[in-house]
Amino acid sequence: MQSKKHIKGSILYHACIMLFGFLMMYPVLWLIASSFKESSEVFANATSLIPKSFNFSNYVEGWKGFGGNTFGVFFKNSFIIVGISMIAQVTSSAIVAFGFARIKFRGRVFWFSCMIISMMMPPEILMIPQYLIFSKIQWINTYNPLIVPMFFGHPFFIFLMMQFISGLPKELDESAKIDGCNTFDIFIKIILPLLTPALITSMIFSFYWKWQDFFSPLLYLNKAKLYPVSLALKLFADPASQTNYGAMFAMSVLSLLPVFILFITFQKYLVEGISTSGLKG
Amino acid sequence: MEERSTTISKLPRKKKKLIYGNNDRAGYLFILPWLLGFLLFTIIPMLTSLYYSFTNFDMVSSPKVIGFKNYINIFTNDPKFIQALKVTFTYALTSVPLRLAFALLVAILLVQKRKLVGFYRAIFYIPSIIGGSVAVAVMWLQLFGVRGALNSFLASVGIIKAGQGIGWTGDPRTALWSLVVLAAWQFGSPMLIFLAGLKQIPISYYEAASIDGANKWNQFTKITLPILTPIIFFNFVMQMVSGFMMFTQAFIITNGGPFDRTLVFSLYMFQKAFTYYEMGYASALAWVLLIIIATITAIIFKTSSHWVFYESKGE
Repeated sequence: MQSKKHIKGSILYHACIMLFGFLMMYPVLWLIASSFKESSEVFANATSLIPKSFNFSNYVEGWKGFGGNTFGVFFKNSFIIVGISMIAQVTSSAIVAFGFARIKFRGRVFWFSCMIISMMMPPEILMIPQYLIFSKIQWINTYNPLIVPMFFGHPFFIFLMMQFISGLPKELDESAKIDGCNTFDIFIKIILPLLTPALITSMIFSFYWKWQDFFSPLLYLNKAKLYPVSLALKLFADPASQTNYGAMFAMSVLSLLPVFILFITFQKYLVEGISTSGLKG
Repeated sequence: MEERSTTISKLPRKKKKLIYGNNDRAGYLFILPWLLGFLLFTIIPMLTSLYYSFTNFDMVSSPKVIGFKNYINIFTNDPKFIQALKVTFTYALTSVPLRLAFALLVAILLVQKRKLVGFYRAIFYIPSIIGGSVAVAVMWLQLFGVRGALNSFLASVGIIKAGQGIGWTGDPRTALWSLVVLAAWQFGSPMLIFLAGLKQIPISYYEAASIDGANKWNQFTKITLPILTPIIFFNFVMQMVSGFMMFTQAFIITNGGPFDRTLVFSLYMFQKAFTYYEMGYASALAWVLLIIIATITAIIFKTSSHWVFYESKGE
């Protein structure tokens, strides 16, 4: 009797979660399904998740892009911006994290507090003065406003890596010091290789944030050939222009593809990153 | 990890301090990237913004200092500011509790050791990683449109007649709620944080409680919830701050409309700055927003001693 009840409970549990999970995933599945439907079918058959026939013409149509630029151009732009940003942000964050976590210096607590406060600082507050400064130095319609600030680290990643470094035994540093390593050697040869999991976590988040960033490109770029995917997609879907829904859905799916691939490959790092950086505050 | 930390604590204190000694030069060299960025991209812009907030700068003529006039106008002569505040508060105060409630509920379901839990966790987390993207905003606009899947579903179960549904994102009564639902949909990251917290609660607590005859609900309200309050608190602060910052979705899905019903604060600020080029006024708005966020954070922190429970307290 006991086990029968157990099985019943188990079935109920999985049924409930699967139903809720399906509801959660429905919008995404709908988007994917719609990207294969013919434009006339998208709304005629709005709830259906299975297209009548799989039809790739939306992808071909959408890839053509607009203003003489294919989505190939937009994807290339995104990968340039995201690639440089990701490497710059993670490298500089690791250097700073080592400084805060392992070196004692005057003013350390003060600067660390500044960094934590700046984490709570809404970026929108800074958008106007930053825009004015960047336009004054002629950075509009270049990637500089999107890329250059990334070379100065990100408080979230610095904090995440500090947590990680403080979990590494200090004997490592000590014995390296006895062996004649200076501080810089210790960072490069001892800490950096051990930091790999935190570096990967930071890289993934950096990729996500930059890939989906819509606000800065919107402010700083107004030439179509410079657009990253996020901004191109918005203009592609502009209600003012005649919208080809199927093509728009197809390009939306493509824009999410790198995000999904990273998620599936590095799920473990993501989950750990959020759980630890969120908890040990 | 456990073993490591015990070996560290076994080390004599004195030795730990001596590893680098007081090494100012190395320290500042390593934090230099952040320090420079902090000065260049945070402090200097903040000071510039403070200055502009006392001017009538409009990108065309050179800025003229006009004292507190922008701030006085904001509070006495700007119905859109009041509207933006109303919208932003409504949005943050509904979407954040909803999101946290879903996050906690699902985390409790997923903390059980059962098959497929890892798979479910991924499913519930996916909306969070894609939620901020333009693609999702575009998708939401179509799902909730007049001819979208929601209306089509409602018609098929007979709640509305086919072709008579409203445009959920375009109707003044529902536009803001379509954005709230979108926010609630992305409960993945607080869920993961709750999951990590739940896993740290010793099973013995629950065993002791059930011996004493506590039912599941009592165990939840008397054990789980109090232990989780620091995490709920952390999530609440972070989510409120980001709730006040919402921009992309409102910009793409509703663009503040209809009739300013979804005019969130950052969108209003953006319009003032980059549609009307009232940079001085927009800077003043930014500072008002900063003060509001700081006040709310302070209030949450102040009241936290009444409802946040720290295990080590009083021992």
